[in-house]
Amino acid sequence: MGHGILLTDVDFMIHGVFQYSFFGHPVWITTTHVCILIVMLILVGFAVAANRAIRKGAEVPGAFQNVVELIVEKLDGMVDSSMGHAAPRYYNYIGTIFIFILFSNISGLLGLRPPTADYGVTLPLALITFSMIRFSKWKYQKPGTIWVDLCSPLPSWLPIWMPINLISTIAVPISLSLRLFANVLSGTAMMALLYGLLGWIATAWPAALHVYFDLFSGAIQTYVFCMLTMTYISNEIGDGTRR
Amino acid sequence: MDFNENFILGCSAIGAGLAVIAGIGPGVGQGIAAGHAAAAVGRNPGASGEIRSMMLLGQAVAETTGLYGLLVAILLLFVHPLLP
Repeated sequence: MGHGILLTDVDFMIHGVFQYSFFGHPVWITTTHVCILIVMLILVGFAVAANRAIRKGAEVPGAFQNVVELIVEKLDGMVDSSMGHAAPRYYNYIGTIFIFILFSNISGLLGLRPPTADYGVTLPLALITFSMIRFSKWKYQKPGTIWVDLCSPLPSWLPIWMPINLISTIAVPISLSLRLFANVLSGTAMMALLYGLLGWIATAWPAALHVYFDLFSGAIQTYVFCMLTMTYISNEIGDGTRR
Repeated sequence: MDFNENFILGCSAIGAGLAVIAGIGPGVGQGIAAGHAAAAVGRNPGASGEIRSMMLLGQAVAETTGLYGLLVAILLLFVHPLLP
């Protein structure tokens, strides 16, 4: 296949590491799996260390305990400020996906290919969020209210607007996952183009671009993903009177 | 009709270039959002933290359409969906 001469060194695609046969289907273990495993190992190690530090927590906290308490407080405060009274039920989920997505996004700094630059990672994240949104809706609202919401601009005995509302419901996970995926992928592709095309010229100074594409953009997208999740969930909960 | 590979690759490159024109819209939209956020901070400097987070959220949502164009461009350039 005839590639351009310039693009021979550029490489930001997902590679297969090895292949095995799963009930007759060839299944590839790719670089995404390896990177996500590294991210998970680091996070699990951090979690175990944090657990030990908190379990042996001192009255006057040491450095590590201080950092852990700061992280938990900030995450809980973020959930509190946007979900109100329903917040305590969602501390765990929002905090978990925040830390996971944040570390996945900035793992480009460690030389990994960011796992979130693979649509197979961001789509499940968005689907978990989506099922959580739907579950909250069914838990906190009556079926009658859900039906009225579904036919929303028109009266509920005239459901011609319902298909459009359904489509806009289904668009939620797609746009959530594509936003995260495309942002991280664009950073990865841009850095790969830079390193691939400039060769030895790209020494030291691309660090500034790494700060933008990996740290800033990654953190913003993490924040946006979590904020949108919380906004959707608190929209569906409504006033929060449990039926 | 059959075209040779180089013709298809060249047309894919032109299509990718046209697809990232989608970046104009989010640029204008994010600029408007940032301008209004600056005006809001000028009016009420005490609420700057909340305004900043709301601005970032709105800008990131507005960015999505541009990113769809970018995705199409990347698919055209590196995945070659049009090649037989």
